[in-house]
Amino acid sequence: MTNGWVDMKNTDMMLIMGGNPAENHPCGFKWAIEAKRTRSAKMISVDPRFTRTSSVADMFCQIRAGTDIAFLGGLINYAIENNRIAKEYLVNYTNAAFVIKSDFKLPADTDGVFSGFDETKFSYDKTTWNYDAAGGPGHNAAVAGTPPGLPGSVDYDLTLQNPNCVFQLLKKHYSRYTPEIIERITGIPKEQFLKAAELYTSIRKDGDMKKAGTIIYAVGWTHHSFGTQIIRTAAMLQLLLGNVGRAGGGVNALRGHSNIQGATDMAGLFDTLPGYLKVPTPGDASFDAWMKRATPTASKPAPWDSWNYYGNTSKFTVSLMKAFYGDAATKQNDWAFDYLPKVDRDYSWTNLWNDMYNGTVKGMLAFGMNGVAIGPDSNKNIDALKKAEWLVVGEIYQDETSEFWKSPRVIAQGDMKQIQTTVYRLPCAGFAEKDGSFTNSARWLLWKNAAVPTPGDCRLDQAIVAQIFLKVRDLYKKEGGKFPDPILNLTWAYTTPQSPALSEVLKELNGKALADLEDPATKVQIKAGQQLPGFAWLKDDGTTACGNWIYSGSFTEAGNQTARRDPSDPSNMGVHPGWGWSWPANRRVLYNRASCDVEGKPWDPSRKQIWWNEGSGKWVGNDVPDFKVDSKPKDHMGPFIMNPEGVGRIFAPLAAFADGPFPEFYEPIESPIDNLFHAGRTHNPVVTKFKDADDKFGTVKEGFNVVCTTFRLTEHYHYWTKNNPMNVQLVPEPFIEMAAEMADELGIRGGEHVKISSARGDYIAKAMVTKRIKSMMIDGKKTYQIGIPFHWGYRGIAEDEGKTARTLVNALSHTAVDPNAHTPEFKGFLVKVEKV
Amino acid sequence: MQATRRDFLKFTTIGGAAAAIFGFDLQPAYAQLRVLKIARASETRSTCPYCAVGCGTIIYTIGDKAKNVTPQVVHVEGDPDHPTNRGTLCPKGASLEQDILNDRRLLKPQVRRPGGTQWEDISWDDALNEIAARIKKTRDDSFIEKDAKGVTVNRLESISWIGGCTDTNEFNYLVVKAMRALGVVHLENQARV
Amino acid sequence: MSQATLRVQKISGHAGSVPGDDAQREYTVCKLIDTTTCIGCKACEVACMEWNDLPFGETVFDNTYQTMPETRWNYWNLILFNEHEKEDGSLMWLMRKNQCMHCADPGCLAACPSDGAIVQYTNGIVDFQQANCIGCGYCITGCPFDIPKMNPKTNRVFKCTLCSDRVSEGLEPACIKSCPTGCLHFGSKEDMKDLAEKRAMQLRTDYNFPQAGVYDPAGVGGTGVVYVLHDATKPELYGGLPSNPSIPWSVRLWKGPLKWLGNAAMIGGILGLVVHYLRFGPKEREETIKQPHEGAEP
Repeated sequence: MTNGWVDMKNTDMMLIMGGNPAENHPCGFKWAIEAKRTRSAKMISVDPRFTRTSSVADMFCQIRAGTDIAFLGGLINYAIENNRIAKEYLVNYTNAAFVIKSDFKLPADTDGVFSGFDETKFSYDKTTWNYDAAGGPGHNAAVAGTPPGLPGSVDYDLTLQNPNCVFQLLKKHYSRYTPEIIERITGIPKEQFLKAAELYTSIRKDGDMKKAGTIIYAVGWTHHSFGTQIIRTAAMLQLLLGNVGRAGGGVNALRGHSNIQGATDMAGLFDTLPGYLKVPTPGDASFDAWMKRATPTASKPAPWDSWNYYGNTSKFTVSLMKAFYGDAATKQNDWAFDYLPKVDRDYSWTNLWNDMYNGTVKGMLAFGMNGVAIGPDSNKNIDALKKAEWLVVGEIYQDETSEFWKSPRVIAQGDMKQIQTTVYRLPCAGFAEKDGSFTNSARWLLWKNAAVPTPGDCRLDQAIVAQIFLKVRDLYKKEGGKFPDPILNLTWAYTTPQSPALSEVLKELNGKALADLEDPATKVQIKAGQQLPGFAWLKDDGTTACGNWIYSGSFTEAGNQTARRDPSDPSNMGVHPGWGWSWPANRRVLYNRASCDVEGKPWDPSRKQIWWNEGSGKWVGNDVPDFKVDSKPKDHMGPFIMNPEGVGRIFAPLAAFADGPFPEFYEPIESPIDNLFHAGRTHNPVVTKFKDADDKFGTVKEGFNVVCTTFRLTEHYHYWTKNNPMNVQLVPEPFIEMAAEMADELGIRGGEHVKISSARGDYIAKAMVTKRIKSMMIDGKKTYQIGIPFHWGYRGIAEDEGKTARTLVNALSHTAVDPNAHTPEFKGFLVKVEKV
Repeated sequence: MQATRRDFLKFTTIGGAAAAIFGFDLQPAYAQLRVLKIARASETRSTCPYCAVGCGTIIYTIGDKAKNVTPQVVHVEGDPDHPTNRGTLCPKGASLEQDILNDRRLLKPQVRRPGGTQWEDISWDDALNEIAARIKKTRDDSFIEKDAKGVTVNRLESISWIGGCTDTNEFNYLVVKAMRALGVVHLENQARV
Repeated sequence: MSQATLRVQKISGHAGSVPGDDAQREYTVCKLIDTTTCIGCKACEVACMEWNDLPFGETVFDNTYQTMPETRWNYWNLILFNEHEKEDGSLMWLMRKNQCMHCADPGCLAACPSDGAIVQYTNGIVDFQQANCIGCGYCITGCPFDIPKMNPKTNRVFKCTLCSDRVSEGLEPACIKSCPTGCLHFGSKEDMKDLAEKRAMQLRTDYNFPQAGVYDPAGVGGTGVVYVLHDATKPELYGGLPSNPSIPWSVRLWKGPLKWLGNAAMIGGILGLVVHYLRFGPKEREETIKQPHEGAEP
């Protein structure tokens, strides 16, 4: 989230789409309700089903799953057409005025793709997706053989009239997203769309800048083959309306799990290192070459300033290597650059299973992760595990992954005894048995305490991982082996190496001085061995170590900041600066410089976040300024300090995204119609698909004519609470939501069993016949949509009592991958519906 | 209190007369108060393990944390101080007691051998030794020091780690450290899906 | 333990004065349920189950999000879900938390013949004392909201206690504390009525609910649970909330003009009981009832 849970109470307008927070984040949703109660804020719910969120919204639009970009693009068009935009914000805080290279072409002019598309490789040459350098084309011509970079000085037009400026291109691109075509694609009637567009953009009526609107989403947006671009469309709309950086504004991802934010920050993902640092590739010949590629340089209009905070990338990275490898990482050995695996391709979730399916991955460790159930194409994942040599599962309950070898699929195929996989199942500790910090969706870290000891022979998760690692290290010490250096040299100097105290680990994450340091400006000194106050102290000369630069400041000499529990909120704006600690630097609303006008005065004096204090020559306020505190307003430093431009990217240049600098609507991989914008260019042209026996796709012609989406229930949590008798009593068994009209046509009554089949698998559960889903007219044709909650599998209270068909919903979903986030598409696919 | 027939006689005679004549109440407490079950329980502040709202919870255990007591959870409730949830919990958070005291918890290490149709018990030592040996063997068999172009890549493609999102930052960091040191690139997490 | 808020002002089946009646200043406690911000999450259902340590029961899927058709003796708090199509074709998904209304003039208490089985504290909480319950089920017929439920195994009737154990210690009821959206609120009756009226006014002026209003029916003397409804003219839409609940005439008659008849019958009954006791001794209870707290034996 750019903002936070409590900050929602400051909003005037909410667009909730691709998420159902009343259902999935009830206690955070209270702040949305608070805004309704105290500010009479309005709420628009756009969803494939009328949900619990819709039940308290002021307006509901039923959208066909996967057509969000069409809807949001329509909102951009409406805002521009009706002058509901934040002009001053747009000109000064975004790249709207930047001029784009003249050879850049929009999909409307290039057969449904952007300029640079290679039809044979299904990828883009992004050279044209760039700013024009000041002085005209050619001024900043790339040196032959090197990839193009952003021009240091950008051509711009503050009147926004230049036909090739970002704003004019944006206007042109989305002018095609008319209410008429939106109706045909999304199924939302034109009048209803216009009502929603009028309501959402009403916050910028007559140029007023006081009000703020927020966009709230979740995995209903990410689980698509163009998920990143849906979110980008939302972000662009928010920049256009001047809502980013504002209290009650922002683009707010409601993340699903207690520490999913922390796991992302900590880089439990193939393509990042802790703190969103880019992984090295084989193309990086040395540490310096890696840093050169990973470190952006400022790119902006000449009179403006850009902090370009990622210019410090080498400081964060060297400090990380010092935390990982201590004395073994030296300037002489390139900070142990060779110890890091070089990532040459996509190793993400779906590839991982595909690689196991095809024999590359032979062993898997799965901790607290029910891999066969959680992503798309469960049957393929089960088949992949059959081919693995070994699997280690760390869990607190019996789960589908550890028991894949006795899944109904395997039993039906009768090949349990042929499966050669060795499976170890290790009993882990529950949440109440562990301390440590979680990072919530609002980036707040909060320390928790252990209440009870582990039961039985269970062990703490960190102890299990430590013990496995130390045993492997011992084997390498004793026997030698392939490249043992990183294993032998990894820092593990915890007081109890067999079960590291998590407070010591948090200290390592925060970072410490390895030599005496002094700030040249303030003369403040830090002695060697002391904890660092924050990431501003990090150095790239080996004198600091820091496990995750964005967590620097979480455990300082003043102690564990994440354990702070001062609930006070002096500004009454939901900042609570003394509660836990949020990254970065305890800032609660990101980009909060944008909450002020160019002069540094808050857009809304009644919701002051930070402001420029002329007397002290500093930015001050109720929140920690997300800005260079002494940068004078007249210097025109951009508020988006992590971008090399310093401003928000309405146009995303060069390699920022794989599939276009502006989001363009494409149909989901399985969809009932062709793309109405471009016949023959139905799908995201750079999407990844696999071609194995388990990777099948269905079409309407084959009878897969119903749009299906999956969802979560508030009564259940993933595949976890099916072991909890209280939650099982609330919702005892799986079901399938369908429109009453559809049920009538198929002769299905509520409670009767229904079989759902896709090209990949099938699923049987009882029908929930409801008025909350209606038929839709998609391009003039009546189309139905169904929704299935996904909480059940083959192990759980209901499953063990024989109350369910013991199948996994994700046996239905397919594998097609968003080329940016590598997240698979499993929130919109085609199925058949039959009465059993 | 076991009333005898004799007591009953006394009670009815005297009490009945008193009630009839003076209008006194016979039973001083018509309402039996239920005892507040958490009155002297210990409070431990924790965070709900479910969604990313990160609600503060208070876990109530019997005993005052004295050495001779094994804490038993009697109740879980929202932390009223937590700025986000202010004491509230959803139906999952409110049932956390059943998660902590769940009789379906896994309590010992188990192994399923190749071709097996049952779980077998295994000691921690044996399990961890076998796992470590497998990791080493798989790594040594397939570690990629140089790619086809002769570039040093030090990459391990044959072992994968998939992690959940309900464990701590510190745990995740230890995992990332250990896996990257092994050279693991198939490193993924719930955060992706 | 403070019992100040739990002084008794009404007792079922009781002759003579009542200990707490008219004894001291006291405010009435009240639950406010704003159905317009209820998301039907069932946190209140769970909080009730967990706080009261009620045993889990079986449920079956019934084409609804509703946990079960109606409250049970061991499930005191149930959200009722109703899909309602408005005249303009738009949909409302109405959710209403259903539980004991803690009526000022409780039909259950009026109907109960057993001395002290149902009491009303001076703070308004209507509480069942299972130790004094004789299992006759009259309270069930006396309740216009269909709330009290019999445990068929022990022949005792149960319902929401408004967490009298928490309230007596100065805590809010478990359901109130858990409610994520704050659609549940707790305080004095006066404050809750004020809050409810303000919210209804906001719904009428800032949101499109011209009929929004407060439910606090006079037929039972007002309730210790007040609702804010989107449309106060149609409470039936919310899972059959009666628009004008009252105590059944038979109960009124029994406890009013015909009370002497009952008293005569009761005296006869007591005499019979005494004779029976003297001849046969105490009746052994067939099954042990798990008491929440040891108290006076019946």
